[in-house]
Amino acid sequence: MIRNIIIGLLAVAVIALGYWGFQEQEQKQVLSINAENNYQRAFHDLTFHLDQIEDELGATLAMNTRRQLTPALAEVWRITSLAQAELGQLPLNSLQLGKTEEFLYKIGKFSYQTSIRDLDKEPLTDKEYETLNKLYDYSHEIREEMRESQAYVLKNGQRWLDIDKELQAATTEEPSRNLVVNNFEIMNKNVEGYSEVEWGAGLTSIEDLNGELKRALSGKKKVSKEEAQDIARKYLDLGDRAAVHVADTGKGLEYPAYSLVIDDPDHETNYYMDMSVEGGHPIWFLQERQISDQNISLNDASNKAQRFLNENGMENMQLIDSKQYDSIGMFEFVYLDNNVRVYTDAVMTEVALDDGSIISYEAKDYLINHKERDIKEPKLTLEEAETSVNPNVSVMEDHLAIIENDLGDEVLCYEFIGTIKDDTYRIFINADDGEEEKVDRLERAERVYDFS
Amino acid sequence: MKSHQFYSRFTLALLTVCAALLVATSTPTHAFTDQVIQQGATGDDVVELQSRLQYIGFYNGKIDGVYGWGTYWAVRNYQYEFGLDIDGLVGPEMKEMLAKSTEYNEQFVKRALNEGRKFTHYGGTPKKIQKGPKGSRDKQMRRGRGGEAPAPGGGQPGEAPAPAPGGGQTGETPAPAPGGGQTGETPAPAPGEAAPGGEGPAPETPEQAPVPEEETPEDQNNDADIEKATNVPPGYSDNDLQLMAQAVYGEARGEPYVGQVAVAAVIINRINSPTFPNTVSGVIFEPRAFTAVADGQIWMSPDDTARRAVLDALNGQDPSGNAMYYFNPDTATSGWIWSRPQIKKIGKHIFCH
Repeated sequence: MIRNIIIGLLAVAVIALGYWGFQEQEQKQVLSINAENNYQRAFHDLTFHLDQIEDELGATLAMNTRRQLTPALAEVWRITSLAQAELGQLPLNSLQLGKTEEFLYKIGKFSYQTSIRDLDKEPLTDKEYETLNKLYDYSHEIREEMRESQAYVLKNGQRWLDIDKELQAATTEEPSRNLVVNNFEIMNKNVEGYSEVEWGAGLTSIEDLNGELKRALSGKKKVSKEEAQDIARKYLDLGDRAAVHVADTGKGLEYPAYSLVIDDPDHETNYYMDMSVEGGHPIWFLQERQISDQNISLNDASNKAQRFLNENGMENMQLIDSKQYDSIGMFEFVYLDNNVRVYTDAVMTEVALDDGSIISYEAKDYLINHKERDIKEPKLTLEEAETSVNPNVSVMEDHLAIIENDLGDEVLCYEFIGTIKDDTYRIFINADDGEEEKVDRLERAERVYDFS
Repeated sequence: MKSHQFYSRFTLALLTVCAALLVATSTPTHAFTDQVIQQGATGDDVVELQSRLQYIGFYNGKIDGVYGWGTYWAVRNYQYEFGLDIDGLVGPEMKEMLAKSTEYNEQFVKRALNEGRKFTHYGGTPKKIQKGPKGSRDKQMRRGRGGEAPAPGGGQPGEAPAPAPGGGQTGETPAPAPGGGQTGETPAPAPGEAAPGGEGPAPETPEQAPVPEEETPEDQNNDADIEKATNVPPGYSDNDLQLMAQAVYGEARGEPYVGQVAVAAVIINRINSPTFPNTVSGVIFEPRAFTAVADGQIWMSPDDTARRAVLDALNGQDPSGNAMYYFNPDTATSGWIWSRPQIKKIGKHIFCH
């Protein structure tokens, strides 16, 4: 009797378990199909768009009228940005696709810059035509690889989830056997040659902070680890006995630097700092600690930050932005050269509003760009420059400023700060030719959403 | 509950009116702390500054407790108008002047701030006179450069009347008469603004209780409202910040603070790099980019440290040495990551180019 009951119960349990397992299985099926579909969509979209890029580039080569060329190039620019986004949706990040992505970026940028140009005034140069030709060749190669992959995926019912698994398990020793993966790698190899393409001004190099720092610092006197310790103590205004630990950075950093950990007994915590070996300049430092309630105002804190910069050899710095985040004050300073704001030489510091100590500092821009400048008198007067400002803007403030324009050149500008309705804008007008170099809408505070 | 809330609000409003009536000559109560208020500041002093400036018609924006550009121009206008140094810094002199010439009902404003509800223009404008749509107040700002002559005529329509030369304040604050008549001293609505009754009552917000008959409904289509706000780094919203904080928390909680800033910096370096997607979400949700995203840990609530790390990184800090990748050597599964040029190790993570 009892045995029968147990058997009955067990039978029910087995059936229930089976049912539950079946349910789980089904659910998993649904989810994996869903994930697979997303990958497939990204992949097929990508191949479609790479096709289109080739078509459009090919068409531009045959075009003779500029009225035609501009929209075609704008179209190339639009499609490349789509293709870039789709590439980012595929599970390929452990592949070396950097070159392909960079290539797409540069095609996009080249076509953008060419399409917004007034081609009637400045027609395509022979060089640019040559560039278009080369881009067309490359896009053709890329398309070939992608077409083959696509055919393979469709013929063999290749699932991206499987490719993903394979890539996760793969090691560098044994290259993948998967054709799709291989083709991506081949494609990346192929476009490596594109660096010989003449991209023209403003496109030669992608911003390379570390390289710029290296150039700015090289040739300066090298400091030893002991000297670095002393510099750090002096910089942070700590006693001679503050413990400093110095380590070298790895080979991946282009400029030689020390990483320092500096003991801060007052706050029972550490400062972390990077210092260049050449010249012994602190590049950044920061400190983590619990910051208690605000005791000093943002204004006092900004004066403290200014004093800190003065004490460390950065005189003539002007505060251009201050913001309070809870009990931290964030300040941005730029170098003031004969009353001209040099926006390229910027330094960022943060001050704790509980006791006014400097808790972070970052001077990459300053170290890269700061130099003795011979600033010429502006050719235009303030009034002349102001005529270039949109008449809807009521100008409230003006300064002279040096900024870096799109081509990476330093230009002297009149800076106008003004408003349209409730928005505030910063407008840079070239002081020599009245060109509108840059217009920024200055950010506003953001509303706090509270759903409680 | 709702109606109770409404009644208490109504009494408050009544009290305010009564208070305003009682205080025929304003005795400056204790106002402001003694800090110099500077652009970018947040907190109670800023709320008070905005409210007081709004009271006399210099400030038309939201009362949000953040000294942003709108407040800055209002302060400069005030300084210009009253012959103070035009620097956007609110010092003792200006605070004293404001305290003398304006009313500030702290309780009322704070409460509205906490409830995040809109209410009528703070100041002497009676509730029945509704303001027109935004932008009807064509406030011409004057430039505060020394030596420039003020615009002839001075006041614009809709601007607070300039004080008599000499800057003397009549010590009287205009109290709105019950019934909504204007005393001559409140800024009159500019021509073009709605006349009393010009616009029907605005749609009510859901939190509003049914209105008893003798009440005029709270005016909802007023452009002056009170709402808490916060500073954000340029180019990013607070939600972006939150998403990044979640990623940093999922990836690097338990790491030293510098390590967390470095992880946040890697996300930002990727956004700025041509070889990665160029949005916060594009970078974070790129398949296989972050383990915390792959295993769902990104959905944990981040702590303040992670948020601060993201803020530091957004403000330009980059302890990683401009790295694009990082990995934990103990758990790294892909051999490929070891081939990247390494920059440095922070905590458990190796950062590479």
